[in-house]
Amino acid sequence: MRYEFHWSVLWSGQTGGWLLQGLLVTLAISGLAWVLAVALGVVSGALRTGPWRPLRAGAAAYVEFFRNVPLLVWMFFWYFGVPPLLPAVIRDWLFDHGAEFWAGMLALGVYHGARMSEVIRSGIQSIPRTQFEAAYAMGLTPGQVYRLVIVPIALRLIVPPATNESLNLLKNSSVALTISVAELTFQTRQIETYTARAIEALTAGTVIYLALCLGIAWIMGRVERRFAIPGLIARGGA
Amino acid sequence: MFDFGVVLNNLEFLLVQGLLGLGAFGGGTLALAVPAIVLGFLLGIFVGLARLARSPLVRLPAAAYVEFFRGVPLVMVIFWIWFIMPQLLGMAIPEYEVALTAFVIFEAAYFGEIVRAGIQSVPRGQVEAAASVGLTGAQTMRWVVLPQALRNMVPSLVTQMIVLFKDTSLASIIGYVDLTKAAQIVNNREIRPLELYLFIAVVYWIFAYSLSRLARRYEHRIQAA
Repeated sequence: MRYEFHWSVLWSGQTGGWLLQGLLVTLAISGLAWVLAVALGVVSGALRTGPWRPLRAGAAAYVEFFRNVPLLVWMFFWYFGVPPLLPAVIRDWLFDHGAEFWAGMLALGVYHGARMSEVIRSGIQSIPRTQFEAAYAMGLTPGQVYRLVIVPIALRLIVPPATNESLNLLKNSSVALTISVAELTFQTRQIETYTARAIEALTAGTVIYLALCLGIAWIMGRVERRFAIPGLIARGGA
Repeated sequence: MFDFGVVLNNLEFLLVQGLLGLGAFGGGTLALAVPAIVLGFLLGIFVGLARLARSPLVRLPAAAYVEFFRGVPLVMVIFWIWFIMPQLLGMAIPEYEVALTAFVIFEAAYFGEIVRAGIQSVPRGQVEAAASVGLTGAQTMRWVVLPQALRNMVPSLVTQMIVLFKDTSLASIIGYVDLTKAAQIVNNREIRPLELYLFIAVVYWIFAYSLSRLARRYEHRIQAA
């Protein structure tokens, strides 16, 4: 098989800036969705460990319903299903202002919020009870217990799985191409369609995702090791 | 405002065609999900064992494999296979084979990590004990390590199976007629997206949620044992 590479389609001509645009949209949609997911995850994760039964059940229902349905279905749901329910004024405004971006952002954020919630819940629940007891025994008030003991431990326990989940969110933003959000995967496909340079386009898209994910994982790995609690967090190999 | 009649009228198409793959289009969510899970796990066992091999010639390529596929989106992998298989084989490849190949290759990286973690969770003393009663390396793996490792793996295996099951919806991107695509097809004719997508959400949910309940039950049982 002989294949002549024409890498220049990635940075010159009509398709020149497309990858960069795609990368920016991917970062924008992932960033906004990440903020939403963390907010939903913290609130519902905390409620699920709380004492109030109806709130606990409500948070559990949110988590179980959203994380057990494919993200793609949520994308279609928010993009095709929800706007017809809105008043005409809002709907028209939305479709003039990138409805697909906002639908994709909501789908990503709400779906990953449910998964983030599990990360946070299991992080809080995996703190040994003795930590609470020891803190109270030293005479700390409940506020101090949380501020000085529990939250610092919980944060360190949560960072590795939360990093993982954040990377999943970043990679899953590629699903937004199905509702024509012009993110990285979408632009990769566009370049391929316009120039018939599939290998170049796919290679470039793949390398960018890989660099983003490995880069973030590397940085977070360092953060994790820097703040590891000796003896409490058993880390294999590190 | 809501009209779930659209779901009832197309129930057979959605379930028999989309979910089971027994309609004129072939396809089907389960027809893709079940083989993908089985083959992905089998390949994952090899990847996981290779990650633990003593020789760097085996270990490093396996590590690179895992890092690579965990660093790129599944959609990207599907497009790669979709584009590259016809070039390599010199003929058009049906969506089913493309999707199945992509899922197996991609998920094997995740299953591989689960297998590796499962094997590493078996205490070293078990291996030493097996060696001291005279078992060979392969026998130790077969009779002592793997049975215990598998038990430890069950919760994360099921979680990954659920992820894979939901991910099969992405095969609809290349035109494979699964549950999601079936809903799209019906929606193109009826224009009732809210009802249709909510309905398939519930169908996916029933499968994924039952699997996760099963895993939780099993987890409690082995913890009690």
